[in-house]
Amino acid sequence: MSAILTIEALGVALPPGADRPHALHDVTLELRAGEILCVVGESGSGKSMTASAILRLLPPGVAIDGGRIMFEGQDLARASDAEMRAIRGAGIAMIFQEPMTALNPLRSIGDQIGEMFAIHTDLDRATIETRVLALLEDVRIPDPRLAYRAYPHELSGGQRQRAMIAMALALSPRVLIADEPTTALDVTTQAQILALIRDLQQRLGTAVLFITHDFGVVAEIADRVAVMQHGLVVEQGNALDVLSAPQHDYTKALIAAVPPLTAPRPRAISDTAILRIENVSKTYRTGGFFGRNRRVTRAVRDVSLTLPKGGTLGIVGESGSGKSTLARCIMRLVKPEAGAVRLGEIDFATLTPAQLRASAQRMQMVFQDPYGSLNPRRRSGELVAQGPMVHGMPREQAMARARELFALVGLDPAATDRYPHEFSGGQRQRIGIARALALEPEVLVADEPVSALDVSVQAQVLKLLAELRERLGLSIILITHDLRVAVQVCDLVAVMKDGEVVEHGPIGRVFEAPEHEYTRALLASVPGRGFAAGRG
Amino acid sequence: MRFFRNYSRSPAAVVGLLLLLVVIGMAATADWFFPQDPLNLAGRPLQWPGANPRFWFGTDNSGRDIAAQIFHGARISLLIGLVATSIAVTVGIVIGAIAGFYGGWVDDVLMRVTEAFQTLPNFLLLLVFVSIFGSELLTVVVAIGAVSWPAPARLTRAEFLSLRSREFVEACRTLGMRDRQIIFREILPNALPPVIVYASVVMAVAILLESALAFLRLSDPNVASWGNLIGLGRDVLRTQWYVSAIPGVAILLTVLAVSLVGQGLNDALNPRLKGR
Repeated sequence: MSAILTIEALGVALPPGADRPHALHDVTLELRAGEILCVVGESGSGKSMTASAILRLLPPGVAIDGGRIMFEGQDLARASDAEMRAIRGAGIAMIFQEPMTALNPLRSIGDQIGEMFAIHTDLDRATIETRVLALLEDVRIPDPRLAYRAYPHELSGGQRQRAMIAMALALSPRVLIADEPTTALDVTTQAQILALIRDLQQRLGTAVLFITHDFGVVAEIADRVAVMQHGLVVEQGNALDVLSAPQHDYTKALIAAVPPLTAPRPRAISDTAILRIENVSKTYRTGGFFGRNRRVTRAVRDVSLTLPKGGTLGIVGESGSGKSTLARCIMRLVKPEAGAVRLGEIDFATLTPAQLRASAQRMQMVFQDPYGSLNPRRRSGELVAQGPMVHGMPREQAMARARELFALVGLDPAATDRYPHEFSGGQRQRIGIARALALEPEVLVADEPVSALDVSVQAQVLKLLAELRERLGLSIILITHDLRVAVQVCDLVAVMKDGEVVEHGPIGRVFEAPEHEYTRALLASVPGRGFAAGRG
Repeated sequence: MRFFRNYSRSPAAVVGLLLLLVVIGMAATADWFFPQDPLNLAGRPLQWPGANPRFWFGTDNSGRDIAAQIFHGARISLLIGLVATSIAVTVGIVIGAIAGFYGGWVDDVLMRVTEAFQTLPNFLLLLVFVSIFGSELLTVVVAIGAVSWPAPARLTRAEFLSLRSREFVEACRTLGMRDRQIIFREILPNALPPVIVYASVVMAVAILLESALAFLRLSDPNVASWGNLIGLGRDVLRTQWYVSAIPGVAILLTVLAVSLVGQGLNDALNPRLKGR
């Protein structure tokens, strides 16, 4: 098949003072008509920069400094701004990672899709409306008429992404660039969107440049793959070849970091329970002055779970399932309105604030966001030493303890006087773990501890958690949306949906023979499931 | 060090800093250049600037040296600016921090009080305070501070609202920290930069408020403030306009300097906003 978009020896220079001189160096790619080319790489590999360069939407200070981007006989690297405007949307369209921020919140979906026609064609309003409705139908939005009039916040994440796809496809572009289009979505929604992109691509013959960090997604959808690292394409070829016989070490490492979805042999876990969650419920009420517009969300409904001593309990579920609220109820960051959280003889759910502060050290938390969970104005050592100091340890001793903990979590003890922004995402998460361990807790609650990290870093952090569990005799509650993460470290798993635990038990049993329908749907949605199983 | 480099990148900010240093210099050297009480009679009244080499800026309608009043007035203006700003910013930060951190009914009560202050025009409220408590310098300064805190309070509250839901605050809670510690030692340093920048506006306004009071002859008449001089010059405004104009220019330059420094601080503290 003939190439529709050819990138030849493309270089993109970063402004002076960046971590490397070139965002892209000598990138050569070829997108053929009617195929899906996946560009894979970790954060900072230059994969998104490639997409921006093609559409010439580079951030200020970043410029193309060599090579060609050939699209239908035209070199986009040298096209004028007016020529680029004609190509964007009509010739090459793009869908973004976060549909909520890519859509204008003040205009209806139909209006925004119709704008594509208004700008690029001279159709009248009635024709535009029928075309938009047809598009919405094409992307399988339930009730297109309703979606036409809806504002972005009235649609779910998956529906918003469908609307974005409809907008991108409005002018039948020859090339569709999808920049991590499913990363912000839940697994079940992700599976649907991937199927939709695949289906549309086959029906319309559009060539798709699909940017992702996830080899599971690659296995699901790619015809060909290009692997990028540090702004270089290190390997490209047919999806099957690259996945089954990767040549480059980096590709091998990336593929190896995607764990199989089968649980390892169960560890022996203790029979004594360390933490018992009994009938915990939490309801959020919003609005409602004099009972009008009152919204009641039952975030957690009557959840009872038991964490065995030294064991790891995974709580999995999609966004809105109440898993993070449950974690916050356990930590008493929010007060559950019913139920008990018993650690030994203490019920965390009913402690007074003063008692809670005194018992804080028995249970500690690792947070999701490695950027938001560390106070940017404190040195990393101080952050770790803070906990012991709050509980009365002298500063000198606490700082010495912080250095020990840095070594324990695999950081340089000399780095304690650096600020959080001087560390990478994975290192910051290690600081967060060190901070939680500083108080020598019995139970560690980890809320999505690796979801903001690259796959290879994820594997390292999970390994660290597993090691610490052995060495310190920790019991861990791990909240995650990613079944692959759960399967790597958990002994037990609880599946949550709409605030309720629909199924729980040993992870091997739940994943191999799921009893609840939702668990089965969740497992079936994991991208690249067949690929990982075949490899194992 | 990087802060200074960022700051000095903007020429306007450097000009502002130089102007401010000149004003501070005037305040510091007032006793050395003009050792006498600036309110003492020095010569024949209403001499034009340059008419008598003893009086650089001439004399006012009661024969006092204008230059001496300008130099000594710099002290009063800076003092008023600094003290009133400290009062306003401290009160504002405490109220804003508590309102933003706790939310709920605490926020409602504190914000209604803030709004009550905000809906009254500053100057009117100041006039009320001064007419009740008298116009001694200390009273005037405290009154200016008392009418200027709502804006810093709202700014601090807005910062706290966005910061309090950050995970590092939850992390501090799980470590067992007290609220007071979380508010003032953990969140506040992150919320400060915009408040510090805004303090320059408060300072400029404080200086202007005092001159406005003095113009109406409601400020402390026993100190040599720029505003008093302007107020005095009001009687001879059409013939000997320099009596009001010279302190007017001094106020203009000081307020300009403070604002430019504030702008420079803003750019230096938020380098990302640059180039917009």
